[in-house]
Amino acid sequence: MHRLKKIFATDSYIVPIVAIIMGFLVGAVVMLIGGYDPIAAYSALFKRVFGSPYDFGEAVREMTPLMFTGLAVAFAFRSGMFNIGADGQVLIGMTAASVVGIKLAGTPSFLLVPLAVIAAGLCGGIWAGIAGYLKAKRGINEVITTIMLNWIALYLSNYIVKHFLLLKGQNRSVDNPASLSMTFLNSLFDNARVHWGTALALCAALFFYVFLWKTKQGYEMRAVGLNPHAAEYAGMNVGRNVVKAMFISGAFAGLAGAGEVLGVFHYQSIFAASPGYGFDGIAVALLGLTHPLGVILAAILYGMLTYGSAGMSFGADVPPELIRIVIGSIIFFIAAQGIVRWVLKPFYFKRKKEKVL
Amino acid sequence: MSAAAPVVELKQITKRFPGIVANDAISLTLEKGEIHALLGENGAGKSTLMNIVFGLYQPDEGSIEIDGKPVIIDNPNKAIELGIGMVHQHFKLVDPFTVTENIVLGMEPKKGLKIDYKSAAEQVRKLSEQYGLQVNPNAKIHDISVGMQQRVEIMKTLYRGADILIFDEPTAVLTPQEITELMAIMKRLVAEGKSIILITHKLKEIMQISDRVTIIRRGKVIDTVKTANTNPNELAEKMVGRDVTFKVDKRPAQVGTSVLKMTNVHSKNKDGVSVLNGLNFEVKAGEILGIAGVDGNGQSELIQAITGLRKIDSGSITVSGKEIANLSPRKISEMNVSHIPEDRHKHGLVLDFTVSENMVLETYYKSPYNQSGFLKQDVIDKHAEDLIKQFDVRTPSIENKARSLSGGNQQKAIIAREIDKNPTLLIAAQPTRGLDVGAIEFVQKQLIAQRDQGKAVLLISFELDEIMNVSDRIAVIYEGQIVGEVFPQDTNDQELGLMMAGSLKQGGKAGA
Amino acid sequence: MDLQTLGQLLNTTLVFSTALIFAALGGIFSERSGVVNIGLEGLMMFGAFAAAVGGYYAQDAGMGAWAPWVGVVCAMAVGVIGSLIHAVASITFKADQTISGTVINFLAAGSTLYMVKLFFEGAGETPLLEGFKKVPVPGLSKIPVIGEGIFNSYPTTYLAIVLVIVIYFVLFKTPFGLRLRAVGEHPSAADTLGVNVNKMRYIGVMLSGLLAGIGGATITLTTTGTFAHNTISGQGFIAIAAMIFGKWNPLGAFGAAVFFGFSQAIRNYVQLFEWSKSIPQEFIFMIPYVLTIIVLVSAVGRSAAPKALGEPYDPGKR
Repeated sequence: MHRLKKIFATDSYIVPIVAIIMGFLVGAVVMLIGGYDPIAAYSALFKRVFGSPYDFGEAVREMTPLMFTGLAVAFAFRSGMFNIGADGQVLIGMTAASVVGIKLAGTPSFLLVPLAVIAAGLCGGIWAGIAGYLKAKRGINEVITTIMLNWIALYLSNYIVKHFLLLKGQNRSVDNPASLSMTFLNSLFDNARVHWGTALALCAALFFYVFLWKTKQGYEMRAVGLNPHAAEYAGMNVGRNVVKAMFISGAFAGLAGAGEVLGVFHYQSIFAASPGYGFDGIAVALLGLTHPLGVILAAILYGMLTYGSAGMSFGADVPPELIRIVIGSIIFFIAAQGIVRWVLKPFYFKRKKEKVL
Repeated sequence: MSAAAPVVELKQITKRFPGIVANDAISLTLEKGEIHALLGENGAGKSTLMNIVFGLYQPDEGSIEIDGKPVIIDNPNKAIELGIGMVHQHFKLVDPFTVTENIVLGMEPKKGLKIDYKSAAEQVRKLSEQYGLQVNPNAKIHDISVGMQQRVEIMKTLYRGADILIFDEPTAVLTPQEITELMAIMKRLVAEGKSIILITHKLKEIMQISDRVTIIRRGKVIDTVKTANTNPNELAEKMVGRDVTFKVDKRPAQVGTSVLKMTNVHSKNKDGVSVLNGLNFEVKAGEILGIAGVDGNGQSELIQAITGLRKIDSGSITVSGKEIANLSPRKISEMNVSHIPEDRHKHGLVLDFTVSENMVLETYYKSPYNQSGFLKQDVIDKHAEDLIKQFDVRTPSIENKARSLSGGNQQKAIIAREIDKNPTLLIAAQPTRGLDVGAIEFVQKQLIAQRDQGKAVLLISFELDEIMNVSDRIAVIYEGQIVGEVFPQDTNDQELGLMMAGSLKQGGKAGA
Repeated sequence: MDLQTLGQLLNTTLVFSTALIFAALGGIFSERSGVVNIGLEGLMMFGAFAAAVGGYYAQDAGMGAWAPWVGVVCAMAVGVIGSLIHAVASITFKADQTISGTVINFLAAGSTLYMVKLFFEGAGETPLLEGFKKVPVPGLSKIPVIGEGIFNSYPTTYLAIVLVIVIYFVLFKTPFGLRLRAVGEHPSAADTLGVNVNKMRYIGVMLSGLLAGIGGATITLTTTGTFAHNTISGQGFIAIAAMIFGKWNPLGAFGAAVFFGFSQAIRNYVQLFEWSKSIPQEFIFMIPYVLTIIVLVSAVGRSAAPKALGEPYDPGKR
């Protein structure tokens, strides 16, 4: 009991929880201003998520890439970098999974699927590694390079799909024989597109934790992330750690791409614009305080909100974009913790006074 | 009220920060035309008090009177209006701006919409003549000497019409000759009708220039005395609270074989400017070599070259006969070179790591801390427990972040880590900067203990007293060269000062 | 390529550059004061949206040629409001500036589309506007190539070029500029001389919102004619690159913005060349982004950046 109290007394748990509540309140106010009924909207949102086994399965499907990209952004953050390029890394991962799956069709499944997944992680990692390399060698801000690489990834993926994998007359690749789908759960979830990627994402979170806090290599990366100067003085190779950290970050994002192509769609579309997984990943990482457990929880919340937002527009006629305002506000309150503390101040004050009495 | 109301009167000023009372009911008066010294150790509360006078902090209790009238100083603008000017210890100068731009910033003379640089430069020139402050109005700050930068700081206050000047540790970065010059400037300012508060922990300067001294310790005023009626020993005792000798006890050095040898080392910085200019010196086992010099003459670059953080263009650096020039920091560290860095926050510690994690910052990858890629947390923790006990590092636990430790304990932690590596060569850069007297004594004793165990110790310090007291031999660095080597017993501040300013060259006298 | 095409290419270059110039100038104000502004993208989005809505209602009210200017004013106002979110979080509450800028991008993406749907009965984009018309400069527009290329442009392009010079003057010749730069280089030096650091930073960030807002407006009022989810697709980030490439100097940023504008414009013209037909269009689309990286690799480090960039000012810290 004492232990429990200690956990919940720490600010690090209270701030995000209050921030989430405040974010929902902002959303409610925005809906009131727009003439909508926030209670109806929020209940429609949750009804959509928990309403049927199919919807629940689809919500889980929605959460999966967010877990990966959230982990990707968080991992880079822990190593002192801001990876805005998870989006491009997802695309590269998708493309790698498509190329391997489609071009090596006929290979037995137990080989083909792992190969496609590994290729996705590897290529996503290399794509992010480019930004890491440019930062390490030339000191170029990774924020700019990862954004540019997003666009390059978009056009490169489209080029590859269009010229090597195209299904004639369609705006997409031929079907990919490699599949991550959990078909044995079809009856349980009413054919929702649940897939092994979710399990893989949970493993990735575990890997994140163990690697960063229990291994020698992770120790180095955290040191580099917190104080690159001291790390260099202590004899660590800062540049190499930057590249490695970006590689791992990109690999997480690449796996998200594998999950989408091999588990959900089973083909790859030609995208007109960025699919946006990476930007959602930033939100998830910040929401999860860049801790793997936090990221998983944040991805669950975020996935529920985005999947449920469609319910909001059916059920209460609220534009689903509203949910972006809610999420933006939540991150705003987490980033500007001062505001949350200011809101909490009266409560803290009271509690302290009680102690004195 | 007579005309002789004090220009500044502080009454019962109290300022609390979370966990400490920085100023506890401090009262102080500054008379017109007086130089009033404020003496105290690092952390005694001097700077907090002056920041209150300058409007950067608000006192929790107490009041301030200027010329007999109570005032509330809630921002620097108000202080400037009241004629208070502050010469900060860490110069508050904008590097890419010119001298004139720095002086007029915030009070720019205008012609239409534009800044009237012509009239600004003219005013700067006038002030510089009136007070005998030599400056070049159009030079950029990063191109001028430290001494001139300080004159710019002084002129900033005069340009704003300050009558009350606060000097915060103004001599910390100056050579003895520059200090003499500063003293003359301060005398001239007083003669022109200004009043001065001088914050310092250097007794010599106080005796030389001040009229009265107020001593504070742990936020409280201990005493205010006329300088003429006191002496350095009395002041020191009041400052520290016990009898102190500033002499360091040590036995004669048992000098052994050569450990570090630098031969004709050259290195350029990013802009192609030569920062090490044919550096030659040697440190032997069992001795402490002190490098004296004014900040910015190649000290940092010298350390970086030895520790592998900087590439050298030519020359040789050997440790125990093995060439180490341009090896990686890790390789050099593995050759038993330890380094207590100058900037402990930036280079010495990862502040957001725990104390335990910081203790293995250079050895985490070795057995027994690392086993096939995984860290052995229990071994690391045990190691940290041992070290904090052995070196008396005060921390609630090894799980606390290094950030939460006091400066002295952070430095102790670094020293513990570096000495624990059992080095052949120990490099200590500014190891006592910002520490209180107790911690300074501890650090200096550790350096001497290392020397007594036959280690070679290289000490770099801007504090001449420390160089004189701790070193067995002194090398003076000027513009990336060693311009003289002397034994501390054969020299004095004046001679060292001339060498530090580059005006006296005297190589090899105490050389090997 | 004949001279007429060359003139057209130059003209298109300026059309694409204009929005980037405005936004990069905005970035300069914010970053010179010491506040990283990665939210330029979102601020442009706010501006583009406000211009589309304001311009539409003004057009509807029969304001004719003045309607787009109403749009510009709305864009400035909404840009400033948006930038205030960034200012409050990062200056007053000392939030991480990069995160706070990201929040702007999120809020802009969500709220603009939300409002579009609210105002226009669930539509995904705003109604098509007439927008600005090109205004030839009498006499000068007759000069070959340059006349077609420069002196027959949208009024916003002229405005952008004038602003480059004005802002250069403001930054380097006036007390305001000196103070703004001082705050970005060494805030505590400025503070001790009585310059209000937070106030200067608020002004810097708000000016960035104002200018990025105009930048966004430029796109709806001269290029797309409507606002939709993809109206601003990365221009804000390219403006940041232009600012960095231009070393935080208005003239440099102008040059860089024109360069990026050119690499976007060339897309439409490169197909005129016979040799280019063999290159897949995706690779042509990539050109500006690849060029940006190449340019950054071959130029500038961080050395030109304001020294206190990204650090919240805390007077208690010494």
